[in-house]
Amino acid sequence: MTCTEFLAQLDEMLDQPVAAPLRADLEEHLRGCEHCEITLNTTRKTIEIYRSHEIYELPEDLRDRLHRAIRAKCRKC
Amino acid sequence: MEAFEKLVRQYDRQVFRIAQHIVQNREDAEDVVQDAFLKAYEKLDQFQGNSKFYTWLVRIAVNEALMRLRKRRTGRMVSIDEDVETDEGSMPRDLADWSPDPEALYGQSEMAEILRKTIQGLPPGFRVVFALRDVEGLSTEETAETLGLSIPAVKSRLLRARLQLRERLSRYFKRRDQKQAQDGAK
Ligand SMILES: [Zn+2]
Repeated sequence: MTCTEFLAQLDEMLDQPVAAPLRADLEEHLRGCEHCEITLNTTRKTIEIYRSHEIYELPEDLRDRLHRAIRAKCRKC
Repeated sequence: MEAFEKLVRQYDRQVFRIAQHIVQNREDAEDVVQDAFLKAYEKLDQFQGNSKFYTWLVRIAVNEALMRLRKRRTGRMVSIDEDVETDEGSMPRDLADWSPDPEALYGQSEMAEILRKTIQGLPPGFRVVFALRDVEGLSTEETAETLGLSIPAVKSRLLRARLQLRERLSRYFKRRDQKQAQDGAK
């Protein structure tokens, strides 16, 4: 398996339990390829970091304003 | 009406987050959330109940957000197909390993700033797929349905979005000692 082939299947490693035969191929490539190992681990970390940090928080005052606006307009329609 | 308010409270944070990911601007995101909920309220009778309310609402919000983005950049076409025909990030270039605990390198607010700046650089069509799939946790099928894309299109965009983000974050999270060691060896 080449690095390009490995990368094309990266989501298999990231997203779901991979079917055994494919998993064996992917893992074999990983054992011999530091680059793909780093890519896999740091991509996994990328997702984790984005998932665990609230980068667009909805502040309470904004939330209140939103609710008031929605309530006012919904009454009219 | 009261039941609807409950739905607003339940989903406003997610809708706001998704809107921000697309429009990248707080005022616009605020408008998007308002408009999306109003539209949902008006169309409530059209909601079939065969899909989940949340994904139905997200679809409305995504459309509103893309419309906003279009208005803001008048004259420029903005669709979720924009700029996605790029090879950038399909092959990793920065292959240095990351620090074992990149989150310890930065404070909370600095980290949030890095993450915002980084995702902002992605084309909207990548941002939205990453936001729905990886941040909000929708399934590939739900993401495809919400965006009107095929499943292979969602998968390929997601892969490239992830790789591009990874590449860009490497700049901040690279192992420092490794770089110094290399420099020292010169
Ligand atoms: Zn490889």
